[in-house]
Amino acid sequence: MLAYIVRRLVAVVVMLLVVTLVTFGIFFLVPKLTGGDPAALFAGRQADPTAIAGIRRKLGLDAPVIVQYARFIWGLVAGRDYANGADVTHCAAPCFGYSFKTEQPVWPLLTDRFPVTFSLAVGACVLWLVVGVGTGVLSALRRGSLWDRTAMTAALAGVSLPIYFTGMLALAVFTYKLHWLTVSYVPFTQNPFAWARGLLLPWIVLAFLYAAMYARLTRATMLEILGEDYIRTARAKGLAEPVVIRRHALRATMTPVLTILGLDLGALVGGAILTETTFSLQGLGQAAVRAISDQDLPVILGVTLVAAFFVIAANLVVDLLYAVVDPRVRLT
Amino acid sequence: MTAPLHEPGATETALADIAADLPAKAIEGRSPGRIAWLRLRRDKVALAGGTVVVLLILVAVFAPQIVGLLGHPPDQLHEDQIDPNLGTPIHAFGGISRHFLFGVEPVNGRDLFSRVVYGARVSLLVAFLAAVVAVLLGTLFGIVAGYFGGWVDALVSRVMDLLLAFPQLLFIIALVSVVPDSLWGFTGSGVRMAVLIVVIGFFGWPYVGRIVRGQTLALREREYVEAARSLGAGRGYILFRELLPNLIAPITVYTTLMIPTNILTEAALSFLGAGVKPPTPSWGQMLSAAVTVFQADPMFMIIPGLAIFVTVLAFNLFGDGVRDALDPKGSR
Repeated sequence: MLAYIVRRLVAVVVMLLVVTLVTFGIFFLVPKLTGGDPAALFAGRQADPTAIAGIRRKLGLDAPVIVQYARFIWGLVAGRDYANGADVTHCAAPCFGYSFKTEQPVWPLLTDRFPVTFSLAVGACVLWLVVGVGTGVLSALRRGSLWDRTAMTAALAGVSLPIYFTGMLALAVFTYKLHWLTVSYVPFTQNPFAWARGLLLPWIVLAFLYAAMYARLTRATMLEILGEDYIRTARAKGLAEPVVIRRHALRATMTPVLTILGLDLGALVGGAILTETTFSLQGLGQAAVRAISDQDLPVILGVTLVAAFFVIAANLVVDLLYAVVDPRVRLT
Repeated sequence: MTAPLHEPGATETALADIAADLPAKAIEGRSPGRIAWLRLRRDKVALAGGTVVVLLILVAVFAPQIVGLLGHPPDQLHEDQIDPNLGTPIHAFGGISRHFLFGVEPVNGRDLFSRVVYGARVSLLVAFLAAVVAVLLGTLFGIVAGYFGGWVDALVSRVMDLLLAFPQLLFIIALVSVVPDSLWGFTGSGVRMAVLIVVIGFFGWPYVGRIVRGQTLALREREYVEAARSLGAGRGYILFRELLPNLIAPITVYTTLMIPTNILTEAALSFLGAGVKPPTPSWGQMLSAAVTVFQADPMFMIIPGLAIFVTVLAFNLFGDGVRDALDPKGSR
């Protein structure tokens, strides 16, 4: 078990290195192939060549790409100094550099924006797991009933609706027309009730799409498992039906649900970007979209790295949960 | 994205249906393709979805003719339809009338009907071609990884894991935004569309690749492959003449279910400003323009939103039907 976790942690570090390498490549090699200059971007539109050269030296953009990449990684671990002659700026670890646009350090921006996205993702995730799996199980147990058909039709509609469209519809109805809920972010530590209230609408909108997918998946898996021999055995030996469902059928159903959950966490970052844009929540996704339109490389690198870190970490947790949920799985 | 799942029940009824009309006729050989077609023809919901899909393709192909008949050129301004003080359409329901079937855009009064019709072109073209890219790459890498195994399999599988764990939307926006508008002598919205197709297709191939790899792993041990090998068939022959025909069913199912996902991705990218550039109309772009004005003019949001919803739903219904019809668990 311990050996497994250690091996997975090594894999996490390797994955993160590859993610930074790819992002770095996108922003340094693609402009190079198509003709562009990050230093000129940083300097702004009307900069003279000497200013651009100074910036290039200070940001270390005159070094080969591989050296720049090594410096970036070193900055993450130990911090780094930006120097142009006597003009030295120290950037403490973890150093994600300075925004090309605002010239502010990137790390405080990330820690500032992170709680918004995290709250959005976690709340939506809990909501869709409860609603999606619950709906799927009920549908499978009452197959062909009115409930089943209604739920599955709603689920099919759910997977076909873009988040930003449902988001705008929800805003139009619940906020502008009925004045029930307004969307805003209040830190959890400040007021948990206001936190939940302000995020309720984004949670529902984001969870609706995934709940629909999970309901379809849970229903199909549950139906298949209810046809297995061991369920018949469990019933034959006189177990009460709720025990058969909870202890035997539901547990086996959770394995594929967990697999998909691990895969969907990557997509959840995308969902969070769209939800934040629709509801104007100031999270990481919003920061990324703005940074991309500004070609603000350090911010994009920072957001991508933080997002990738959480996707990979959450996948590790999902894999560990496998062993808890499914007794057939042994982690070695 | 969820993997295609076998829905128990559909196969049994389809088989019963086929069995029911067997005694009436003399025994005849039926190819798997013909059985699938017979099943699909019985599935009314799938046929309805398929009909809408065909209609949408016709709309996209004949967009100029349809707009010429029922609308106004997509870039023509109709400021006489707009309230000069509010910026919203004069007539109720977003200005829907005999002359403007879907109403007009706020502020500049462009005909929404023709913009939705032209938007179908972008949406379907990008979604289809991206699916082709993903299927070609996924089949090639999946079949090679599954057949050769060893380090080839390990490498391809790790790359697929990595791509699946990436925050894809973030990467796609980043990639699309660094590629300039004119590339290697090409300019205009064609470049953006080509970039979208390649990028969406590239991030889609691991989903196909995993399925093809799994199927190949199972098929390569079969007797007919061994027979071909013992007759001295080359690797290329075994891969593409022996294995590939047996992979057509899962690949077809996955392609039809991938197109709606691609439509949603393209719309999401356009919504975030990383899609085709204006003035080329696209549905996501229209929704993104609606974010600021839908409180005053909700129809401007509802029309393109419904266009996406209907298209994706039709593809999903049709794809589900194709999956049930081609179900490998059904026998001849």
